Amino acid sequence: MKLANSSTTAVSLVEASLKRIEETKDWHIFTFVDKESALKKAKEIDAKIKNGEPVGRLAGVPYALKANFLSKNRPADASARILTEFISPINATVVEKLDQEDAICVGCANMDAFAHGSSTENSYYGPTKNSVDKTRVAGGSSGGSAVAVALDCVQFATGSDTGGSIRQPAAFNGVYGIKPTYGATSRYGVVAMGSSFDCIGFIAKTAPDLDLLMSIAAGQDPKDQTTLPDFYGTSDTKLGKKAVGYIKEFMDSSALDPEIKSALESKISILKAKGYNVVELSMPALEYALPTYYIIQPAEVASNLSRYDGIRYGFRTKELNSSGKNSLDLLYEDTRDEGFMRENKRRIMIGNFVLSSGFYDAYFLKAAKARTLIINEFNKAFEQVDAILSPVSPNPAFKIGEKVNDPVSMYLEDVMSVTANLAGLPAVAFPTGTSKAGLPLGLQLMGPRRSDKNLINLAKEIAS
Amino acid sequence: MTEQRKYDITIGIECHVQLKTKTKLFSEVDNDARGKEPNSCVSPIDYALPGMLPRLNGEAVKLAIRAGAAMNARINPKSRFDRKHYFYPDSPKGYQITQFYHPIVGEGYIELPSGKKIRIEHAHLEGDAGKLTHFDTYSLVDLNRVDTPLLEIVSMPDISSPEEARDYCKELWRNMVYAGVTNGDLYNGNMRFDVNISLKKPGDKKLGTRAEIKNLNSFRSIERAATYEYERQSKLLDKGDKVVQETRGWSDATGVTTGQRSKEEAQDYRYMPEPDLPPLNLTEDFIKAEYDKCPPLPADYRARFSDVIPADTLEILLDYPELVNRLSEISDAKQPVDYVANLFTSVLLAEENQSLLNDALPSAKQLIELSAMKNKNELSSTSAKEVFIKLFEPKHSGKSSRDLAKELNLIQENDSGALEAIVDEVLSKPETAKAQADYKAGQEKVLGFLVGQVMKESRGKANPSAVSEILKKKLK
Repeated sequence: MKLANSSTTAVSLVEASLKRIEETKDWHIFTFVDKESALKKAKEIDAKIKNGEPVGRLAGVPYALKANFLSKNRPADASARILTEFISPINATVVEKLDQEDAICVGCANMDAFAHGSSTENSYYGPTKNSVDKTRVAGGSSGGSAVAVALDCVQFATGSDTGGSIRQPAAFNGVYGIKPTYGATSRYGVVAMGSSFDCIGFIAKTAPDLDLLMSIAAGQDPKDQTTLPDFYGTSDTKLGKKAVGYIKEFMDSSALDPEIKSALESKISILKAKGYNVVELSMPALEYALPTYYIIQPAEVASNLSRYDGIRYGFRTKELNSSGKNSLDLLYEDTRDEGFMRENKRRIMIGNFVLSSGFYDAYFLKAAKARTLIINEFNKAFEQVDAILSPVSPNPAFKIGEKVNDPVSMYLEDVMSVTANLAGLPAVAFPTGTSKAGLPLGLQLMGPRRSDKNLINLAKEIAS
Repeated sequence: MTEQRKYDITIGIECHVQLKTKTKLFSEVDNDARGKEPNSCVSPIDYALPGMLPRLNGEAVKLAIRAGAAMNARINPKSRFDRKHYFYPDSPKGYQITQFYHPIVGEGYIELPSGKKIRIEHAHLEGDAGKLTHFDTYSLVDLNRVDTPLLEIVSMPDISSPEEARDYCKELWRNMVYAGVTNGDLYNGNMRFDVNISLKKPGDKKLGTRAEIKNLNSFRSIERAATYEYERQSKLLDKGDKVVQETRGWSDATGVTTGQRSKEEAQDYRYMPEPDLPPLNLTEDFIKAEYDKCPPLPADYRARFSDVIPADTLEILLDYPELVNRLSEISDAKQPVDYVANLFTSVLLAEENQSLLNDALPSAKQLIELSAMKNKNELSSTSAKEVFIKLFEPKHSGKSSRDLAKELNLIQENDSGALEAIVDEVLSKPETAKAQADYKAGQEKVLGFLVGQVMKESRGKANPSAVSEILKKKLK
């Protein structure tokens, strides 16, 4: 991903990127293409290189920004109608860091509105299609990001992962994705979904690309008090135990696609051949992972979406339709009714329900306790192993429209990915060939907190 | 509290104190919006743009600890923030960040001048809301006040009369101002009080149903509103009716409280732990360092000045931290404070002179010198007051009191030789002859007339008691 020593120019890289974006229009990847500013920046970088001035580590590299990242003078609508009129006055910390390394943003990538979804079908702009099969979903919520990388529109894309939103679309499109340790990267300037889960990461073509991006993006940020002191650059790259686990309950799950299961088994053989001790882990508490996630996450979603009220910015209803109430309540109701997608509203309702007086103890508090049990179970597992190998999702990419009216089956897509988010663990999705039908298959490696770099290296070692 | 009330009153008070930090509770914009344009002290965080995260202001944490010290309270080494949700344009995030479950300040108490202790249940940090101004067909939103740091201080229901409610609020206000945690400007809402009040028959164990009077911002309105509420609730109870648990508003103009929101209509705030702020863990050393920074409080001044300033004078002065501070400086310099305290209460705080409070207070040095001149009879009481008032004029700032007194030609003639000469002069005048004769004939009250004549002759500079002594001697 380095330009400085190559024979090409930033302008030609950006032009190639813009051309490819045009060619792949049918996939519906980008919600905004920033042609002028990308070319302008490319020219500046080429001038710097020509003048022998120092340039950043990502000089001239075109990238796509997931639509929930704030970047100055660009829309940051999270593919949601309620933010359609919002142009960001500031940069997210991660955008700032990429900018300092002279990476070039060519546009904003489609996503499920507010990252609510596992297919990018919940976008206000319509679904992004799978990179190898246009009748199938891109995965989500970072669907646009994954397909943009898979179809070579850009060399990398940013993503956010609350329950699998980077890893699952990466797996569905045969590319790499990292969900870092919670707090490894700054959340400042990224539209919040579930704040105690949200992680800012990347989707790229190779493991070394992820490594470079993480070394740039990771680190403590005074603007996000939940960030950890920088560990990425200094973390130990050795796998102390030389042991990798797999989760018995996932392996035995009847929901698991047999081709994904056999891909996992073949990786186990590779690990063994490479001298790793492979351990079967029984983690019964993970049975509660999905319900726990779908209580706490909607609660945080309901809270985080409260600010979108049509008062200060973004979309506001054009006229107050109903009558009989005070106009302020109507303004709120009509703006939010028209501005949010069905799935947004569903989560707002679930979230407010589990937080409401009389239900808080029974739902939210209980889920918080279950979350602690899950964290403890992972801690115990990591006493035995350096990493856990697992499917990202039970199935490869499904058909567009197949699950969109069945929210529970859509939520089940997340059953294996949410575990890392509940425990704040790093996880790396990597491609592992294709199914008989030609669909990309992906697996993930999860590790203890702060083992991000180890996971990237291990993924590189065992990927196809 | 002379009248006997038919019902026992139980009052608990919640007080919101605006902390005088430089920047806001969760952002780095100016916390002091006085005299600034609406919506000019608002950061993207306060404005609740997407993706914005709160950054806890360490200074607010320190002031909260200091306020805890001013309430004799325990500081919790671990506290945490929560979100309290409600929709209103004064709340850009759609929730207030507060410490619902784990407050920073634990149990404490405020001791009233009467000696009674009102227990503090807890105090917690939270962000203030913005302000709405309503017009006929529209409302305007000003977010300057959004996330100004507040410390909400919750008392136990230990208060048993409207007068005591006033005394508690006043003592709490004094403690917060002396601790230096707030500007304490009540008119501008730096401290706002919610008064919870219930009635029960004497002897009843169970408390009655309470009403909460929201948003009171003067000691007088606290006492008046509580008194009104006692009367309203006792009338209901007399008739056998029930008091409704509700929020009520007070109007200073009409002198009545009116119902705003009953318990049934109360909002469900859907509290949730604030995931954007890690738990606040404070070390014992950090807490102690801040606790120890708490300056002297009213109770400390009562102990210090009880021997030299009458209690009622001191209670008046305690409402003016600047004056008490001056007295402390004088006392620190080992000089007497009684005369200066007297000047403060009888001259400065007299209605006709109160405007002087807006000017710079004379320095300790000036006041010490003035006090010494008065005590040595170099200035008459009237002259001393005149010099004192003149010291407030900007053109006299930094001038010594003696120089000013000289300039005003007010220094009293104490030299007995000089005085005798003036007395002789007066006694030689024919118009005093009759008075002299009368005095000698036993009419002692004419002495005053003669003293007056001498004073007139000296143009006010003679010391009247010295003159009186000389006259008595001469007319023997």
